[in-house]
This record gives sequence, structure tokens and C-alpha cells, in this order.
Amino acid sequence: MNFDFSEEQKLLQHSAREYLGEHSTLAHVREVFETDADYSRDLWKGIAELGWLGVAIPEDYGGAGYGYLELAVIAGEIGRSLAPIPFGSTAYLAAEAITRAGSEEQKKKYLAGIAEGDLIGTLATTEKAGMLSQQSVNATFTDGVVSGTKVPVADGTAADFVVVLAREGDGHSLVIVDLDAAGVERKRLGALDPTRPQVELTFKGTPATRLGNPGQGWKLTQDMLTRAAVLMAFEQLGSADRAFQVTFDFTMSRYAFGRPVASFQSLKHRMADLYADREIARSNCYWAAWALENDDAELPIAAASAKISASDALEHTTVEMIQMHGGVGFTWEYDCHLFYRRAKALSHTLGTTDEWREKLVTRLIEQVA
Amino acid sequence: MDFNDSPGEAAYRAKVRTWLDANATLRDPDAPKGNMLDEPDGDLIEKAKAWQLKKYEAGWACLRWPKEYGGQKASAMESVIFSQEESRYDLPPSIYGIGHGMLGPTIMAHGTDEQQERFLRNMAMGDEVWCQLFSEPDAGSDLAGLKTKAVKDGDDWVINGQKIWTTGAQYCRWGMLVARTDPNAAKHAGLTYFIVDMEVPGVEIRPIKQMSGASGFNEVFFTDVRTPDENRLGAVGDGWGVAITTLMNERSSIGSSLGGGAGIRDLIKLAQQVELNDKPAIEDGGVRRRIADFAVRRSGLKYTGQRGLSALSQGQTPGPEASIGKLVAAISGLEMGAFGMELQGAAGVLTGEDGPADPAWQRTYMGMPGLRLAGGTDEILRNIIAERVLGMPGEPRVDKGKPFKDIPSGTTR
Repeated sequence: MNFDFSEEQKLLQHSAREYLGEHSTLAHVREVFETDADYSRDLWKGIAELGWLGVAIPEDYGGAGYGYLELAVIAGEIGRSLAPIPFGSTAYLAAEAITRAGSEEQKKKYLAGIAEGDLIGTLATTEKAGMLSQQSVNATFTDGVVSGTKVPVADGTAADFVVVLAREGDGHSLVIVDLDAAGVERKRLGALDPTRPQVELTFKGTPATRLGNPGQGWKLTQDMLTRAAVLMAFEQLGSADRAFQVTFDFTMSRYAFGRPVASFQSLKHRMADLYADREIARSNCYWAAWALENDDAELPIAAASAKISASDALEHTTVEMIQMHGGVGFTWEYDCHLFYRRAKALSHTLGTTDEWREKLVTRLIEQVA
Repeated sequence: MDFNDSPGEAAYRAKVRTWLDANATLRDPDAPKGNMLDEPDGDLIEKAKAWQLKKYEAGWACLRWPKEYGGQKASAMESVIFSQEESRYDLPPSIYGIGHGMLGPTIMAHGTDEQQERFLRNMAMGDEVWCQLFSEPDAGSDLAGLKTKAVKDGDDWVINGQKIWTTGAQYCRWGMLVARTDPNAAKHAGLTYFIVDMEVPGVEIRPIKQMSGASGFNEVFFTDVRTPDENRLGAVGDGWGVAITTLMNERSSIGSSLGGGAGIRDLIKLAQQVELNDKPAIEDGGVRRRIADFAVRRSGLKYTGQRGLSALSQGQTPGPEASIGKLVAAISGLEMGAFGMELQGAAGVLTGEDGPADPAWQRTYMGMPGLRLAGGTDEILRNIIAERVLGMPGEPRVDKGKPFKDIPSGTTR
């Protein structure tokens, strides 16, 4: 029985941490944030050269042919460093969608480019505020073109292509749109975390190719979201671990009333609670990673559990991070708000935490029946 | 049990309304509300001063102050009535809360006749604005641990050090500063209180940007700043006692709305607009439960404020329940902001006014952490409730009685 990552995977984690520790410092994250740069092009090139984008892409299509556990390990380090790059949108969502449901032609067209860092992709599902539902999709795919508006689309500023959920006939289909095609309007929107930019995409008779079979769109989307949720949960957990560490270091070194603030029982109790939150999340993430790697029937439940517990752990940790820093935690200059903003950006991606709670309970009920 | 004005209060309110109607225009209730800790800019400062002068000339300034300093010796209830009415009008944000509410009363309590003569009337007229220079980077919750030094040199004191979180420093003429005058004495014993001219050489003001992007307060650096001994307030070494007077006056914001921003009505409207499981979110049991919990907190806070007003109205001091206000409001406000964002789904992280989601919730989420820290952190407020209101024993102190210079402080690296 080994419910832990392998030695090789831990080595990968270690080298990823070292690389990002040097190339994605918090100062660098802040630079991207403050200059509205959308993402770090240098960092993107760097991680592409390391092969991270192709880690779970089959070798036949230009990837490294590893698996989800390796991708999970990298996701954790992306989270830990708050790396300002559209890694999740491209690797957890777009690449995965094409690998799973793409035709031979689509796989050949996109996957190698993704693995090399030449193509950035993302997913476009929602069209208004509130929970994503089949009824809420009004964009249409007819006669090879897609029309409608999608909002918000994460990482939509950098994306070269987008996987779009649209109505086709009586059902829904997933389609791929190259964003340099005719009839595409991209409008950048203000976002709480500018290192996770958001856009409004409008398609007016834009050529698109179907991904998977007609009418499969909703099921494929749910499948994609479930799989991506596992990886995103690892990223959230990595951010929570880092936020916790920064907070810990601060409270240990900051004095008030003649002693370190870490010596006050109120803080010790809350730090212990945050520790418990993170370990619950970590255990759920391990379970979900195992289920993903083994294509287990429990994947939807495990993925939802991982996403929920990781989102909660990250949000709680970032709220406490500010509070435990005292006044400086509320300043622009300190890094607390970088974590605070990222926490919200990630817990509103792939569906909110309440949406995942709904999905979890629906699946749990099925198990009982 | 009566929530209505007494006849005397009603008459006073009518008088206030008449004057306000003639001198100001009503605010639009649907206009977006700003964040509590935002600072006004230059134009608004001039407007705020003009409004203050108008009130002063008509006899509505600093109502609770004695008449000889420009006030009306009004009761606490009358002062609250005026504030309630004033808040209904479209007026520049007040820049006098600290000066009139805390610093003026400190001069009244501890100042010499000459100091009261020199400063108070001008303060009421509003042309000179005052700021509070207490907190330091190493002295926030542990305020008595402050390190800014004042050393006697002839008839002056020479001040060196740094203050932080100073609201309004950039447009203030005067400040009230606590400095350490004897580092060999115990922590609370070696402090002295001074009135400082913000325009003398050696005072450097740097704005601090808040995490929300707004600029609410400042760092103020003092390099060999001279202040005459005649500007010392209270005896040498009595600075802590005088500071306590200032801080006690911070508690008198009864009747002020700590809520601000989006409320229960807005939350319900949002839940009616967005969908959850293909139905309006307001039909979801989980959503309904949370709305109920938020509503209960809101009404509880509102009527706690009313109990305080009732005490004032009866000529009594408000009870200790008033101390729960900020503690409950800040955390509940934060949770409500997060909940509003959650209901908006993926669009919850958008900040634009013209998008698919109202950014009021996300603005609240960015602003509320400041309220949990400013004016006494949640942790300090809980200690105050436990120890001073409930009488539970205080924590053992490791810095009691020690010479200040021997107490570790700041941040070790």
C-alpha cells in the first residue's frame, strides 16, 4: 500500500519548486499584476522548455507521455509560486479536452503546439452570472460556425484557441475556435486577480470544428471539469501551503507585548485549524489524483471533494493570512492580497464551491440508491 | 419600549431638517456607496471645509462642545440626531471625525486654558484639520510599545521616529502625537503627549496604498522635528493617560451605520436574479439559510445601535453591548461579500461596473479585511469584551514592569 507520490514524482516536485522559486518569485508575480501584463511570457517559455505543458500529453502527439500524477505535482508548485501563467486553462482543460475527445486531425493540429508552449487554450462555458446550466447556454453551433457571447472566459486575453460549449440542434456540442478566425470579438474585463485575466468573447458566424460527437457537449464539459478540478485542487492546495508558510514565518518573528505573536493562544488555535483544513484537502486531493490516474468510478465524488476542500482551505488561509499580519496585511505593498485575490480567482474557476457541493451530493445520493 | 423620537427629539429633528433642506440637497439612495476607508481627494477636501464653515456659522458645528469653543453644548442624543439627518444629504465625506470626535475632547480634558483658547475654536471652524499620530510599524495593537522619541532641547522637544496608519496626514495642519520621553521607565510610564505642527521642517508624509487599490492612510516620518514645550499636552510621563482619553472617545460612534455597501435587500435581489440548479437561487434551501443568518446579524447590529441611542436619549451612557458592533459587522460583512460573489458564479471575480455581475460584493470582500484590523483588531476587541466587559482574568504579561528598553519588539528576521 503506497498512498503517496513515487520517488520520481517527488524529485519532479523538488525540481519544479526550485525552478519556480527562481523564475516565479512573488516580486515577479507582482510585476505581472501591476503592469497588467496578462501573463509572464518568459515564464511560459521556460516551463514549456521543461516539458511541463506536455507532461500528460501522449508521446505520439508531442508530449512527454507521463500522467496525471506528474501533472498534479507540477500543479501544486504552480500554485505554491502563484505562477502568473495560463497553465491550468491550457494543461488541465484545453489539452485534456483534445486528448480525450479530439479527432486524430485535432490532436495533430493542437497537441504538439500546446506541448511546445506555442499554443495557449482555454474553456468558454458561462454566458451570465450564476451557475452554469444547460438552459443557460445560448451560443449556437450551426453549419460549421458558432455565434453568441461567452462571459467570463478565464485567460481569454492570451488564448490562441478556445473550447466552446454551444447549442447544436436539440442538444449541446463542444467546438474548438481559433481566435484569429473571422467574427471574433475579445473584450478584456476588469478582474479581481489580474494574473488570471477575464474576457468577454463574442462570436459572429465564426468558423469552428466540433470536438467529440454532436450532442455530447454537456457530458464532455462535465467530464472535463471533473478532471480539471483535481488538478486545480492541487494548485489551490499549493497556494494554501505557501500562504500558510508566509503567515507562520511572520507570526514567529513579529513581537507584540514583549513576545512573538505566534505565542498567543488565539493564533495558535487558528493555525492548527488551518493545518487541519489543509491536510483534509491534501488527503482528498491524493484520493482524487489516484481516481484520475486509474479512471476509477469514484472520480466524480473524489474530484468534487478535492475541489471543495482545497477551495475552502485556500480561502480560509488567505483570510487569516491578512488578519494575522495585522495592519500591514491590508496594504498593497505586502503580498497577502496576491494570495487573497488568487484564492477567489481559483474558487470561481471550473464552477464555484457551492456548485461542486451540489455535484458532490447528487453523486453521493446515487451511491446510496 | 418605543423607537420613536420623544416630543423634544422630534422637535429638534424638525429644526435640523429645516436647516439642512435649505442648505444641502438630498442624496440619491440608489447611488453606489464608497468603501469606508477611502480617502477624499483635493477637491473634496475644499468642499468638506466649506461645509464645515457653513455649519459653524449657523451654529451646527461640534454640537457637543461647549459654546465657548464653537459648540452648542448639545446632548449626545441631539448630536446623533444631527448626524442621522446629515447622512441623508449629498455632502462631502467628513474629514473631521478624528479631530472633532477624539482630539478636540482630549484638549478639553487635558489642555491648559491657553491651549484650549488657541486650538479649539479653529478646530471647530474646520479650516485646520487634525490627525492622530499614535500607531507605529512596531506598535499597533501594542500601542504602548511605541518608540518615536522626544528629547528636550531648550524650550523645545526634538522628535525622531515614524508613525503609521495616519488618516488624512497629507491635508492636516496639526497632529497629536505620543512619544517616548523616558526609555528607562516601564512601557506605559515613559510617554508624553504633544501637539505637532505638520508643516514644520522634518515632517515627511508618504501615502500607503490599501490592498483594494484605494489610498486611505499614510506613514509620517519625523526627522529632528521641533515642537515647543507649550504644545505639550499633559505632564511629562503622563502621555499614556492622555492617550487613553483620546482612545475612549473612539468608542462614541453610536448610531453610525457600520454596514455600508450592499445589504440584505441587495442579496435577495441578487439571489432572485441568478440561477442555481436551473431555478432562481433564492429557491435553494442552502441559500435561504445563509440569507436568514445574515439578516439576523444585521438586525441584531441595528437594534444594538438603537439600545445605545435609547440610553443616550435617557441621559445614560450606552451599555457594554455597544462593543460588539465592529467585531460582528466586519466579519459578517466579509462573509456576505464572499457569498454575493459565490452567487454570481464565475462572474463573481469581475470588477467592472458594466459587466454581467455587480462588483459591489467583490468590493466589500476587498474592503472588509481593513475593518477587521482598523480601530482595534478583532483579537483586541475580543480581549476587551472578555476582560473589561465580562471581567475574565487578563493574560499573564511578560513585559510588565520591565524597563522599556529591555522589552523585545518589532520583527526579527
